[in-house]
Amino acid sequence: MIHSLFLVNSSGDIFLEKHWKSVVSRSVCDYFFEAQERASEPENVPPVIPTPHHYLISVLRHRIYFVAVIQSEVPPLFVIEFLHRVVDTFQDYFGVCTEAAIKDNVVVVYELLEEMLDNGFPLATESNILKELIKPPTILRTVVNTITGSTNVGEQLPTGQLSVVPWRRTGVKYTNNEAYFDVVEEIDAIIDKSGSTITAEIQGVIDACVKLSGMPDLTLSFMNPRLLDDVSFHPCVRFKRWEAERILSFIPPDGNFRLLSYHVSSQNLVAIPVYVKHNITFREGSSQGRFELTLGPKQTMGKAVESVLVSSQLPRGVLNVNLNPSQGTYTFDPVTKLLSWDVGKINPQKLPSLKGSMSLQAGASKPDENPTINIQFKIQQMAISGLKVNRLDMYGEKYKPFKGIKYMTKAGKFQVRT
Amino acid sequence: MTDSKYFTTTKKGEIFELKAELNSDKKEKKKEAVKKVIASMTVGKDVSALFPDVVNCMQTDNLELKKLVYLYLMNYAKSQPDMAIMAVNTFVKDCEDPNPLIRALAVRTMGCIRVDKITEYLCEPLRKCLKDEDPYVRKTAAVCVAKLHDINAQLVEDQGFLDTLKDLISDSNPMVVANAVAALSEIAESHPNSNLLDLNPQTINKLLTALNECTEWGQIFILDCLANYTPRDDRESQSICERVTPRLSHANSAVVLSAVKVLMKFMEMLPKDLDYYGTLLKKLAPPLVTLLSAEPELQYVALRNINLIVQKRPEILKHEMKVFFVKYNDPIYVKLEKLDIMIRLASQANIAQVLAELKEYATEVDVDFVRKAVRAIGRCAIKVEQSAERCVSTLLDLIQTKVNYVVQEAIVVIKDIFRKYPNKYESVIATLCENLDSLDEPEARAAMIWIVGEYAERIDNADELLESFLEGFHDESTQVQLQLLTAIVKLFLKKPTETQELVQQVLSLATQDSDNPDLRDRGYIYWRLLSTDPVAAKEVVLAEKPLISEETDLIEPTLLDELICHIGSLASVYHKPPSAFVEGSRGVQHKRLPPRSGSGESTESPEGAHSGGAAIPEAVPAVIPSQGDLLGDLLNLDLGPPTTGVAPAPTSAMQMGAMDLLGGGLDSLMGDDSEPLGGDIGGSPAIGAGFGGTPAVMPASLNAPVGGGLGDLFDLGGGVGTTTSAYVAPKTVWLLAMKAKGLEIAGTFSRRGGVIHMELSLTNKAMSVMTDFAIQFNRNSFGLAPAGPLQVLTPLSPNQTTEVSLPLSTVGPVMKMEPLNNLQVAVKNNIDVFYFSCLYPISILFVEDGKMERQVFLATWKDIPNENEAQFHIKDCHLNSDAASSKLQSSNIFTIAKRTVDNQDMLYQSIKLTNGIWVLAELRLQAGNSNYTLSLKCRAPEVSQCVLQCYETVLKN
Repeated sequence: MIHSLFLVNSSGDIFLEKHWKSVVSRSVCDYFFEAQERASEPENVPPVIPTPHHYLISVLRHRIYFVAVIQSEVPPLFVIEFLHRVVDTFQDYFGVCTEAAIKDNVVVVYELLEEMLDNGFPLATESNILKELIKPPTILRTVVNTITGSTNVGEQLPTGQLSVVPWRRTGVKYTNNEAYFDVVEEIDAIIDKSGSTITAEIQGVIDACVKLSGMPDLTLSFMNPRLLDDVSFHPCVRFKRWEAERILSFIPPDGNFRLLSYHVSSQNLVAIPVYVKHNITFREGSSQGRFELTLGPKQTMGKAVESVLVSSQLPRGVLNVNLNPSQGTYTFDPVTKLLSWDVGKINPQKLPSLKGSMSLQAGASKPDENPTINIQFKIQQMAISGLKVNRLDMYGEKYKPFKGIKYMTKAGKFQVRT
Repeated sequence: MTDSKYFTTTKKGEIFELKAELNSDKKEKKKEAVKKVIASMTVGKDVSALFPDVVNCMQTDNLELKKLVYLYLMNYAKSQPDMAIMAVNTFVKDCEDPNPLIRALAVRTMGCIRVDKITEYLCEPLRKCLKDEDPYVRKTAAVCVAKLHDINAQLVEDQGFLDTLKDLISDSNPMVVANAVAALSEIAESHPNSNLLDLNPQTINKLLTALNECTEWGQIFILDCLANYTPRDDRESQSICERVTPRLSHANSAVVLSAVKVLMKFMEMLPKDLDYYGTLLKKLAPPLVTLLSAEPELQYVALRNINLIVQKRPEILKHEMKVFFVKYNDPIYVKLEKLDIMIRLASQANIAQVLAELKEYATEVDVDFVRKAVRAIGRCAIKVEQSAERCVSTLLDLIQTKVNYVVQEAIVVIKDIFRKYPNKYESVIATLCENLDSLDEPEARAAMIWIVGEYAERIDNADELLESFLEGFHDESTQVQLQLLTAIVKLFLKKPTETQELVQQVLSLATQDSDNPDLRDRGYIYWRLLSTDPVAAKEVVLAEKPLISEETDLIEPTLLDELICHIGSLASVYHKPPSAFVEGSRGVQHKRLPPRSGSGESTESPEGAHSGGAAIPEAVPAVIPSQGDLLGDLLNLDLGPPTTGVAPAPTSAMQMGAMDLLGGGLDSLMGDDSEPLGGDIGGSPAIGAGFGGTPAVMPASLNAPVGGGLGDLFDLGGGVGTTTSAYVAPKTVWLLAMKAKGLEIAGTFSRRGGVIHMELSLTNKAMSVMTDFAIQFNRNSFGLAPAGPLQVLTPLSPNQTTEVSLPLSTVGPVMKMEPLNNLQVAVKNNIDVFYFSCLYPISILFVEDGKMERQVFLATWKDIPNENEAQFHIKDCHLNSDAASSKLQSSNIFTIAKRTVDNQDMLYQSIKLTNGIWVLAELRLQAGNSNYTLSLKCRAPEVSQCVLQCYETVLKN
């Protein structure tokens, strides 16, 4: 199982270590540093690195490497999933997961890590159980603790720990009972030069914020559940009921949680909400290149495309650009060659465009590679797959909860080749 | 107010100051001090000097303080064992605390203190906690047993904790069950044969029940444990699969992959015509696709596993090609894996899309990725014949870009395409030659030289081109030197008049000025050949080469099966069996897929040379199972021709085996122009090495025509020409008249005077006359092909039978068949074309010069890894060793030595197949016992079964 954990920052320093079995010397990380040196980009460090006596499994998040050390045959996915869970927990506790935040809360971090793994076996990873065991730091609590001498550590065995609904504690009480669900869909797509779609898929999630008293039992049904044929559920969802009736039936955890994530891949179901017209050319023997880009909406069911951000890694030979945006602002970093254009909202009557010239290194040959354009956007009040919630019902409790559903579509990895 | 303040006291007397604070009367001050200590500890500062002071703070009712002290203890107890004893009393007391949280905390911490003296005191509290009324304590105690076992295994066994742990599998609480399983699995890892996890239908049922209710991590442990179980029959297998499938929808990807492992394994037992089998296949695709939308690290592990799954069951993801398309900002390790899977999924249906993508990738920035993309285009051409033309033109486009590494990579793959489709695309040679000067990598140079040599007759200035390379001969790498030598010899044989000087020059460079033995030896061989018999030289050097097969990079099937059992593990990431690399797993059992009910696979052959036998530590127990198992396997073997339609392993996966067995062997044995391929065809170097220094390794197919020339060169007259009366089986009916519009064919095989014959009886049972007979073979394992037309002289009138003897050669196209000795035949007459398949005794392939030198035999026997040894029993034979020996000799099984020990005769025998594969045998017979024991060792263990059959037929007739 997981032997030790090292946290490494982007400059290659180990700033925290934790061992669950015997102590493994820091020098084991030298193998990791070697791999880090070899990698051209920070994200290119391979996730599994063999060393003579151990294996190092690492994830990179928030520019921190979480390096786990294992010694025997352990499923790597198990380790990686666990590491991501650690990051999520830190973020949950401290708001951000940065080196500074971890250092500021080092004792809580240590207590958390101790609580999450025992002898390398996961012990408590559910956020609400952890929060009962170790209270998240808040300014108020720190003050109160100093005055009253009470502690951050729960004295009682968390109630959820062993019940059949380990994700929910008992005795939850709210004055306002509310349940909010966000349907968020991200489109991953690759569009080729000519504008036709090479791949497109939707990664959707339903995130929930449920603040309901007692032990509510919820059911959520959809207008078009047929869309959901590839789903992953939170453990609270009753799988049999879903299989039989296509209804989500569950006792929710308290607070924020991800109820389900789904995947829509069949091409005809995935609408592409924006199109790009581009003309990026370099002429042989000239030190100038032309750059033209126009964006427009399509298949958005009348909803506005907002927060549009276009970025592109221009070829290394480009020295500078001189462009003219019809709206928004653009920046070009001559060192990284990253062009980014903050477009804002797309107005269908007056399409945003970015036109101008690029100057190349004098005498350099025409760049071989064609830059790929990366687009981010948001569309409110629409799930691009067409998924719609039919109704939400509550059983088991008498009060009337306040319910809300929100839809949103975002660009995931949305790439246009030129 | 943050914890960073704990780091700020870096003054001189820091330890001293902390000491004072720890001994303060004020609780709050104490706690702050302990926090400071912990903070120093986390950053690796040595605060062990404070041990007694910190331990003093342990007796407290403040839980946070207690936890902090425990944290400290775990870290430093090892360095201060005597002091650690001080803490024992508190632990023992805490184990009795009314609060379960404190009881659990105590037992958990005690287990983490890795001090021998403490472990003694731990036993009693642990025993109590294992039976605690609170499940939280029990589950913590279960893990504690594993900890204790790690420190002192003997103690755990003596105290009977293992049995208690086993009992916990039946606990009412699913979390306790999961932890007990996890602890047992960890203990079992260091105790390979302890049979700790005794899985039977009852425990399986309990595990399956707990599976639904325990945490995600517990589910992983239980699923991994389930995967070790072998269901009794397909029904049990199906019911387990049904209960595991819901896990495919879990949000935790490790749960999903573990579930995939169980399903992939148990599916093996389900009959393929079952509806449920199809449903299950369909259910597997979406979760695998979903894994690819996760974080890149998860994607990487998922992709490595998908790579295995695609090889085992390509049908699962055949429609999902697009999810493997590369995004430009994927990390490089994800990109490379995706590319690999794209090629595996490439088929005629999607090849256009794939090629367009690959071409796109070839213009990216990352050099490694671009190279691999170019190589992928070549692999597509070889895999999907219809696309070859398009691939070649894509490659030509890429060569036009003049990007140096792209050009070099393209030339290397074009060489492979030439090997697959000879004489089809030479029109591009001109373009290739234009880029000659830009090649600076040895592999590309060697490839180019090979092309020039191979097509020397069509390149006007071939001699100039090769001459230009010759100038810097000594600076070239060995690969290029060898290639250049061969190419110039080829050129000489094709255009002898104008290149005499060149060949002289290269031969003298190779033999006199080089100190590389390979180069020198090859130079001498060519020299002797050319000076002794140029005609023979031509036949050797310019012999038709075997086509390279489409799948040179598939994982060898038995290894693949083992890896499927290890999906989700490190083994699956490295594509190596766990025994090859995981430390401390000395006795890891080789896992196998369960046999499909009814058919049975010959999973019995151990992994071949490809898996890197050297990497497997010596201590791995013999792979040959106990005799009982072996007999079971024998009976289970699918010996009949595959008429039942149950092809056990996907044929694409078998291709690799064929390459290794035949292509690889042949290539490296021929040794002349296959060098640049050597790397691609795994395993061939091993074969080559095995025979290193033995001169008698020229492939037999070449041996016949050049017999004279080679004979005196290598002195291998051996058994050539000795007329023998080998056993010939009686004719059996291969084609029934009712299936072939009245034509009945019966036949058998024989080997006479070194030539293989197919003896056929054709009977006309129809009403009309039959004429125009012709025969053709499908590709087969050993390249059997008719050496001449089927000679049926007179038209065959109704009710007439004619006997035909058809000589066969072994230079036909090669493809591995299942079973190995299966031959598919098409016979045509004036009425129609008829197909049938038959099995030939492998003994017809045993060549007459198969007698090995004693020394060579010994060396080779040792050199072949033990996994390749197969042992069989032959029953009811009543021959003495001499009679057996002479009988076998007549079938070209040569006895090299005989040894008698304890009334037992041991015959050491060697066999050589037409394709140059050697089989070494040890036959043990005991006077008065009619059961013989036969051990076979061969680099291609697949042939063992067929050889056994030969022994049986020869000895019993």
